[in-house]
Amino acid sequence: MLLPLIVLLPLLGAWLPAALSRAFGVDPARTAGALVVAALAIVLAQAGAVLDGVTFVQSWPWIPALGLHASFRLDGFALLFALLILVIGLLVVIYARYYLAPEDSQERFYGLLLLFMGAMLGVVLSENLLLLVTFWELTSLSSFLLIGFWRHDADARRGARLALMITGAGGLALLAGVLLLGHVVGSFELTQVLAAGDKIKAHPLYETILVLVLLGAFTKSAQFPFHFWLPHAMAAPTPVSAYLHSATMVKAGIFLLGRLFPALAGTEVWFFVVSGVGLTTQLFASYVALFRHDLKGLLAYSTVSHLGLVTLLFGLGTPLGEIAAVFHIINHAVFKASLFMAAGIIDHETGTRDMRRLSGLARYMPWTAALATIAAGAMAGVPLLNGFLSKEMFFAETFQVQWLGPWYWILPVAATLAGVFTVAYSTRFVHDVFFGPAPQGLPRTPHEPPRWMKVPVEILVGLCLLVGLAPAITVDPLLRAAAGAVLQGPLPEYSIELWHGFNLPLLMSVVALAGGALVYFARRYYFDLHGYRQGSLDGRTISEGAVGRALWGARWLVERVANQSLQRYVLLLVIAALVLGFSGARGLKLTGTAPLTPVDGLALLVTASLVLAAVAATALHARRLLALLLVGVVGLAVSLAFVRFSAPDLALTQLLVEIVTVLLLLLAMYFMPAGSPPEPSRLRLARDIVVAVAAGGGVAALAWALLTRPLDTIAWYYLENAKPEGGGYNVVNVILVDFRGFDTLGEITVLGIAAVGILALLQGLKLDGPALDWEGRPWAAERHPLMLRVLSQPLLPLALLVSAYLFLRGHNAPGGGFIAGLVTGTALLLQYVAQGSAWASARLPWNHSHLIAAGLLIATGTGLASWVFGAPFLTSTFGYVTWPVVGEFELASAMVFDLGIYLAVVGVVMVIIARLGSLSGPAAAAVKPEER
Amino acid sequence: MTHLVTLPILLPLLAGGVLLLGAGWSVGARRALAFAATVALLPVALLLLERVADGTHLVYAIGDWAPPFGIVLVADRLAVAMLLLTAIVAVASLVHAGAGDDTRGPHYHALFQFQLLGINGAFLTGDLFNLFVFFEVLLIASYALLLHGLGPHRVGAAVHVVVLNLVGSALFLFAVGTLYGVTGTLNLADLARVMPLLGPDAAPLARSGALLLLGVFALKAALLPLGFWLPRAYAAATGATAALFAVLTKVGVYAILRVYPLVFGPDAGAAANVAAAWVLPVALVTLAFGALGVLAARTLRLWAGWMVVYSVGTLLVAVGLFSEAGYAAAVYYMAHSTLASAALFLLADLIARQRAKAVDRLDEADGMPHAALLGGLFFVIAVTVAGLPPLSGFVGKLMVLEAARTQPGAVATWTVLLVGALVVIVAAARTGSALFWRTVPLPADARVPALERRPVAAVAGLLACIAGLVVWGGAATSYAWSTARQLADPSGYVSAVLGADGNARDERRSLR
Amino acid sequence: MEALVAIAIGVLTGTGVFLLLRARTFPVLLGLTLLSYAVNLFLFASGRLVVASAPLTDQGLGTYPDPIPQALVLTAIVIGFGMTAMLVVLALRAIRDTGGDHVDGGER
Repeated sequence: MLLPLIVLLPLLGAWLPAALSRAFGVDPARTAGALVVAALAIVLAQAGAVLDGVTFVQSWPWIPALGLHASFRLDGFALLFALLILVIGLLVVIYARYYLAPEDSQERFYGLLLLFMGAMLGVVLSENLLLLVTFWELTSLSSFLLIGFWRHDADARRGARLALMITGAGGLALLAGVLLLGHVVGSFELTQVLAAGDKIKAHPLYETILVLVLLGAFTKSAQFPFHFWLPHAMAAPTPVSAYLHSATMVKAGIFLLGRLFPALAGTEVWFFVVSGVGLTTQLFASYVALFRHDLKGLLAYSTVSHLGLVTLLFGLGTPLGEIAAVFHIINHAVFKASLFMAAGIIDHETGTRDMRRLSGLARYMPWTAALATIAAGAMAGVPLLNGFLSKEMFFAETFQVQWLGPWYWILPVAATLAGVFTVAYSTRFVHDVFFGPAPQGLPRTPHEPPRWMKVPVEILVGLCLLVGLAPAITVDPLLRAAAGAVLQGPLPEYSIELWHGFNLPLLMSVVALAGGALVYFARRYYFDLHGYRQGSLDGRTISEGAVGRALWGARWLVERVANQSLQRYVLLLVIAALVLGFSGARGLKLTGTAPLTPVDGLALLVTASLVLAAVAATALHARRLLALLLVGVVGLAVSLAFVRFSAPDLALTQLLVEIVTVLLLLLAMYFMPAGSPPEPSRLRLARDIVVAVAAGGGVAALAWALLTRPLDTIAWYYLENAKPEGGGYNVVNVILVDFRGFDTLGEITVLGIAAVGILALLQGLKLDGPALDWEGRPWAAERHPLMLRVLSQPLLPLALLVSAYLFLRGHNAPGGGFIAGLVTGTALLLQYVAQGSAWASARLPWNHSHLIAAGLLIATGTGLASWVFGAPFLTSTFGYVTWPVVGEFELASAMVFDLGIYLAVVGVVMVIIARLGSLSGPAAAAVKPEER
Repeated sequence: MTHLVTLPILLPLLAGGVLLLGAGWSVGARRALAFAATVALLPVALLLLERVADGTHLVYAIGDWAPPFGIVLVADRLAVAMLLLTAIVAVASLVHAGAGDDTRGPHYHALFQFQLLGINGAFLTGDLFNLFVFFEVLLIASYALLLHGLGPHRVGAAVHVVVLNLVGSALFLFAVGTLYGVTGTLNLADLARVMPLLGPDAAPLARSGALLLLGVFALKAALLPLGFWLPRAYAAATGATAALFAVLTKVGVYAILRVYPLVFGPDAGAAANVAAAWVLPVALVTLAFGALGVLAARTLRLWAGWMVVYSVGTLLVAVGLFSEAGYAAAVYYMAHSTLASAALFLLADLIARQRAKAVDRLDEADGMPHAALLGGLFFVIAVTVAGLPPLSGFVGKLMVLEAARTQPGAVATWTVLLVGALVVIVAAARTGSALFWRTVPLPADARVPALERRPVAAVAGLLACIAGLVVWGGAATSYAWSTARQLADPSGYVSAVLGADGNARDERRSLR
Repeated sequence: MEALVAIAIGVLTGTGVFLLLRARTFPVLLGLTLLSYAVNLFLFASGRLVVASAPLTDQGLGTYPDPIPQALVLTAIVIGFGMTAMLVVLALRAIRDTGGDHVDGGER
């Protein structure tokens, strides 16, 4: 026998009703019913053994790392709930078949119902607490979908969201509590947890765990002050209410109280919190129920109050109280389900659930009236009905309290009072609806419902009577098994009989019944019940107000902070960097011990010009052309610095990149406003200056600290091996194409991608530099400066020669593929700037992106070639040949790699310039907009 | 096959190059090639997984230059897991794009391959500067992909992303310079070896460099306050691109996981645990603010974008614990959140296409066509991202909570985690009911756009992977744990790269 | 010399950062350029300063500069160039598409 099957049949079978009805036109209700029956059969097969006190536990490892096992448990308590879930579930399946309107999707309804049923069964059959939490949340989710079944109804949507929010919050609390519990016990398996009761209660975390777990239970079981979601869940179709909100889901919280009873119950905290909440809920809800006009609303609050009663009983922490609780769970499930169904019938046949409009229905639907009356009687605790028995036990238990001392009388009195209200609203339910004059102006003329809509009610009411009349032979075995499983120990002596002789409980019952009747009828005549308007202070309005405010607040905050301002984001980034950098450098001795290199005039001059140019460019950035030229000066100074500090390759590259960049910006400027508008605020200016100075100072300090410290590096290796191993004297170049050739491969890939991205950006981009921009700022006008035009033409062939030379010597002297490529590119670029793109494009008729691709592939191919020789990617080799002019010349595989770089670079420069050049003016015509 | 490690880099590189050459080919041909190249990454990743599962580090010295002098590729459990994850998301994203988005601009497939090149390179490289290079590759590819299809919103978002990341790159180089300036080496393993040897004089500089680096990674991972750019940018990108970007943020997280336990771990002497004080608090802020963003979002795409921020926050809470349990949680949560975010973006795109006028605005609209299917998919994804059972989000959340429990400040961490989760649940319920419930029923004769099969299949595929993470949760979590052990004990990495005696040998000398 | 270099780096960073915080794309571009100069110099300086030499091993020079940072800076320069080029074109596109050269699009 497989316990998981009981859970999985409905859970995994949830899609079957839809599938079968689509495939073979099977009535979804039948499919669902069949699945339920199958699961029920498995349970019943075990019932006998379980009633004899056997506990089945089956476990499979799932996520051991978390202690989350797929372990299931079937003992008396689980059996009781499994039976409630499946039996009432089956009845609901039958009932709903006739309740749902033709336009409601039966496929969807039964799918969701099965989903929920499976989740619920999972909760009650879990041996592993984490598994229990998993199913617990699943019940919240599936009930969310069930409550929102009528999606077009705004109340249904709100009710669903509300239920999910409250029970979801509880679920998270429960999760936390369970994690702590497992940590205390050292296992999440119930067997261990239940055995470790004393350890838990002694643990410092006990109170925390208790509160968290109770939050879970109370939210689920709609205990005060979390009760308010339940009445609003009544927007669900009545079968759903009958199932979720009477028999099953709301009982999950109660189930948890019972399940963890041995682990958590019996302390003073437990008593005061649990029974306190229970009592408040019971009293409060039973009073409110009296003033509901909606049948389902009344039943909802009645449910809340009965759950409160059960909670109170568990709260007492006494064995007998616990037995009474279990007993009342059974009874309540039975009569409340039937009452919901009755309400559904009335709604279905009359078109309204408003007790102010309903009246005297008995003469139209006598049979239903009879059934409903009996069920209501059970709810009120009328003798000979099941409700009476558990109510008696409850009254008896209210005297067995050790903690209250002189205040011991509070419980019995409050309980009796709650009883009075219960009787009152039960009476109202019956009297308002079925008796009195004939109803006026109902949407439909009422009559008895279809046969099969009554059958479930009949069965349940029958159970009320059976249990009420002969408890000992009907319910007692199940009750003993369940109660025993809750206690995890021997049961005390008790007997459930109709007659215990004249005693206080009996007196309380009488008082409740008489008082209740009195209250109802008195109220009826001295105060117009029907005129009562419910107060505006409703839990939903409050919580929805809260959510609304939270939403508004969130929007306000998020849209203020993440305000899509690049300036703010950059500022945040810079500040973050400053904070991180400085906090890291705490305790830094600024100046190190390394010897300094002496300053000379030239260096001083270059630095001075650099500083001046940079500052000037910043100050004058609004005058863009000037600023750009100044930046160019800075770049020049930087490359001079490279020359001075023994980095010829760098200097060359810097210089060339400098030229290309400046030219690029010049080109771009043609399409941009020539100036920037004045700064909006001095304050922001000051702020930026402060940040900038801090950043500059920080970096300068960092640089100084580094420069004044000696350094051991791995660089010697490159200096020693560049020639013997890499075949080149120019160590930097050997590093680039060999030692760290992989970087270079990535680098030209970046260039290539940039070019491709630019091509994409230029798709269909046509710009014309108008005379004025949107704010009337003049545009830069210079187009093809004469000087350039004259100079550039002879420059081109020269440049090509130079780049060839640079390329070939690159491995041994400053130069190499990249620099050569830039020289070529720059020369061509000059043509564009000087002659205009039409002129140039006409003379450079090849596809630039092919050039780039070729470069990339050649470079990669060289790397791959080494595989042929069984060497790793990019392994180089070289030999020597003697060439004219160049002389004795070393030919390295790395040079092919370098060739790839050369091509890619040329291609990139071409793309950028050619495309950009062809953006506007007459030139545009010469170059087709899409890539050629 | 010894070159296996290089394939995740070389395959996309070659494919990208060829696709660049083949710009003129038919769409079908380009798609076929791109798809083949991308799918090929799956078996490669799986083969690698099979190699490293036993804890070996596959080390590949490029150019046959022995570390620390040459650049090495290192594949360990973490790196390979990321490679596999990337391959899965990439295939899904490409399938989605193949339905037509890839033709909304030139060179989409080439750029897509280069994006993969950058990502995979970043996962595999064992060299700090090479990491920078691959960051640049994946960044510039991502700019181009973000701009794919153009339009003002994309261009506007791209300007922000590009400028911010350029500053980020500058920061990266400052950090690299600082670290090289104190250690004289770039190889990660060698850095790890040198760190403990640093004297008190150099230590502050090393720490400073380390924290600057953290800033860069935080920007990539979209940790707040540096991540505000993300939601808008991801929302602007096409669905397929945004799905791929779900991996992009994780590269930042990966970099933190890769560098800090290894180089600045507990044994790093004066620079030990330098990031510990920062990551956790910042991650908590990110988580909280991300949750608020999710609640505040007015469109589904923005909702998904903020969801990424939220999940990154959660992820870095796990990382920020800098404990074995934390790493394990991080690895599992990484897989979960990447798959979930990707699926979310793909689905958001589908939904937006269905809702004619309303696009993806979260307000009342005409009834959603194919509501049953789309709604079902959305429900499953929402459950996943909201960390509800029974899907991977729940398991991930459990692992993070468990890892955080034993740490100082556990109460605060738990509170933020749980309250954040609740906020996201509420937001998800609102979004779902706004999209699928609060609708004006469609007229019977309404012409609904057909639902392309392939994009749906892409989403379903990702969901299948998510389900797999749970059904085979035992295997997944145990892999995460063994990965965590590998991260927590860097000695294996160091000796694998520098050789058994690597720790004894100091290769650095003064040039003077 | 060290002091001069440090100052230069600092000034370039400061001016670069300041321009980065401007509201128009063009100054931001200039800022990024200046910042990249600063970065390159800084990265270069991380190998310390050696005057009147070169990383050319056939010249029989006494002390060599550290070639690694030089190689790194070269790579950085190239990558920076690619990035800048892309941003320039993006800025143009933004002017066209968003109707202004404000970094947040349009004219603000």
